[in-house]
Amino acid sequence: MSESIEKAIRDGFPDAVLETSEIDGVLNVKLDPNALVGVCELLRTKPELAFDYLADITAIDWLDRIEVVYRMTNLATNAKIVLRVDLDRERPEVDSIVSVWKGAEWQEREVYDLMGVAFRNHPDLRRILLPEDWEGYPLRKDYVIPD
Amino acid sequence: MEIDRPIDRVFDYVEHIPGGAILTTTVDKVLEWGRESSLWYFAFGLACCAIEMLMAAGAARFDLDRFGMMFRATPRQSDLMIVAGTVTKKMAPRVKRLYEQMSEPKYVIATGSCANAGGPFADSYAVLKGVDLIIPVDVYVPGCPPRPEALIFAVQKLKEKMREQVREKHAPPHS
Amino acid sequence: MSSRIKTDLVEINMGPQHPSTHGVLRLEVTLDGEVVVDAKPDVGYLHRGIEKLAEMRTYIQFIPVTDRLDYLSSMLQNAAYVGAIEKLGGIEVPERAEYIRVIMMELQRIASHLIFYGAMGLDLGATTPFLYGMREREDILDLFEMTCGARLTYNYFRPGGVSRDLPDGFIKKAKAYIKKQRERLPEYDDLLTGNQIFIARTRGIGVISAEEAVNYSMSGPTLRGSGVAYDVRKADPYSVYDKLDWNVATRPEGDTLARYLVRMQEIRESLNIVEQALDLLPPGKLECKTPQRLRLPEGEVYHHIESSRGDLGVYLVSDGSDRPYRLKWRSPSFINLGALGRMARGWKVADLVAILGSFDIVLGEVDR
Repeated sequence: MSESIEKAIRDGFPDAVLETSEIDGVLNVKLDPNALVGVCELLRTKPELAFDYLADITAIDWLDRIEVVYRMTNLATNAKIVLRVDLDRERPEVDSIVSVWKGAEWQEREVYDLMGVAFRNHPDLRRILLPEDWEGYPLRKDYVIPD
Repeated sequence: MEIDRPIDRVFDYVEHIPGGAILTTTVDKVLEWGRESSLWYFAFGLACCAIEMLMAAGAARFDLDRFGMMFRATPRQSDLMIVAGTVTKKMAPRVKRLYEQMSEPKYVIATGSCANAGGPFADSYAVLKGVDLIIPVDVYVPGCPPRPEALIFAVQKLKEKMREQVREKHAPPHS
Repeated sequence: MSSRIKTDLVEINMGPQHPSTHGVLRLEVTLDGEVVVDAKPDVGYLHRGIEKLAEMRTYIQFIPVTDRLDYLSSMLQNAAYVGAIEKLGGIEVPERAEYIRVIMMELQRIASHLIFYGAMGLDLGATTPFLYGMREREDILDLFEMTCGARLTYNYFRPGGVSRDLPDGFIKKAKAYIKKQRERLPEYDDLLTGNQIFIARTRGIGVISAEEAVNYSMSGPTLRGSGVAYDVRKADPYSVYDKLDWNVATRPEGDTLARYLVRMQEIRESLNIVEQALDLLPPGKLECKTPQRLRLPEGEVYHHIESSRGDLGVYLVSDGSDRPYRLKWRSPSFINLGALGRMARGWKVADLVAILGSFDIVLGEVDR
């Protein structure tokens, strides 16, 4: 199952796949950030893949880079896939996938709010959990808690 | 007319003429009696304490209604503000504004560790370490969450405090 | 000749302190007369930064914090977090503990849905169902209190099992409660489900189609009310759910009434599950292998369960130490709430309250 998903992605976007692995039986694909929206469209619209449910968008601060992790499920077959993109820590930017799954809107806002990742073409990118005038991104490892 | 039950058992600040049906008191004391018997609370339920303190205490088993306490959704109609839950930095200005919108005399009960002093989230970047940093608190109820009985006890304590305030007002000087 | 009066859009503010917003939620509602043009939720008034707190606490120290997220489903929150630790650490759970967990989780689900029932009534102006729901919920809280000493935030689950065994008399009391609840459920239907005003205020209101609901990443009873039978207990079974006989509650209509009916049906299903688990409970003493010092191997894990509000996921990244490197709490209420703007558009203000009530959100979980 994972092989056919990987093949479909590689067929559609030959240079996008940087690395693959399997964690707990789920295919994890490290992607080139520029190919993200295209691959997501493919995953959602291709009938054999049909990943209709975006479960989670998270970001991890690995000190030398920020990794954004996307988790999708096909509700009918319960197939799962995880996409990962590495972003530059000084200016983390990636395209928004709201055009593919509307559920990404709030999740991306949260990642922007707490980790500082900017999502290009997001319809309403502003802070969601912290006050509008908050400075800094608390979930980063170098965040200093103000008094 | 014979009074078959002594009245001064309940009101220690009401004088009565022995054997009769006449009570003498002061306006302050009667007003205070009215206030304490019908504390309309402005339920400021923020987090988990709201469920225990406001929903459980107001509902089936612990019934706050029998004390004359009614839930009001607006600060304009309430005299008691029960701060139940964590006060975050984003919420703090609103808490202050709502407190200022209440009319005098007003009282505040801070329930739960979060409202008292920040609680289990005290070292978080977004939490105010206690609601008494922004508004004056009359009674603190410890617990996480406190039992509904603890809230009822706190209300009794508040009533004692209210009576004490009236007594102080009428105490002769140098006593 | 134009007979239309020029009108303006009005922006009103609901919350953050509001009796019907289920907590500190602020809605920026734009109205055209009485009709909602847009309803933008403004959240974060209860943001306590628990994902950062997780990095500062050890794994065991964080268990009580999970109670306080979705404070109406504390047992389920414990279960998600502890399940993630067990998955990553390869910690085994004895069978008796699994059955105890299922009993606690399902009782918690019933308690949460009873509050939903009461709150739904309150939101729409019916104050009596609240007292009925809370009355039964007190019995469930009695069961929890005799087991772990707390009424709301239990801190009961541990990696490897639960903190202590069921006390004497628990099974008898639980069975008595189940019997009582089954007898009382028709009362609930009398009060609310069959009430003409309730039906008029919820039928056909706030409809969302299955595809759109899935595209908005909705989950839980909110999604199952639109006909999508996605329940994590069946999709990715955990604990001993696959050994018990029960059904997923769904309804095809996709309106507020459907979401309400799904939850009422779930109460009945959960009562069945608890009854079966009580009968199948392995006898003997509880022997949990909770490690004294918990260090998880380097790696990551994503564990999700079916909370009373939806698909609750815990994403745990470990660097080999005794505290998480990164903990992400995938909360169903937060994600469901993102669809409120879409669902409220075109309805009246009073319907907005009903739609929000049918989401059954808990702000502790939305804001974390």
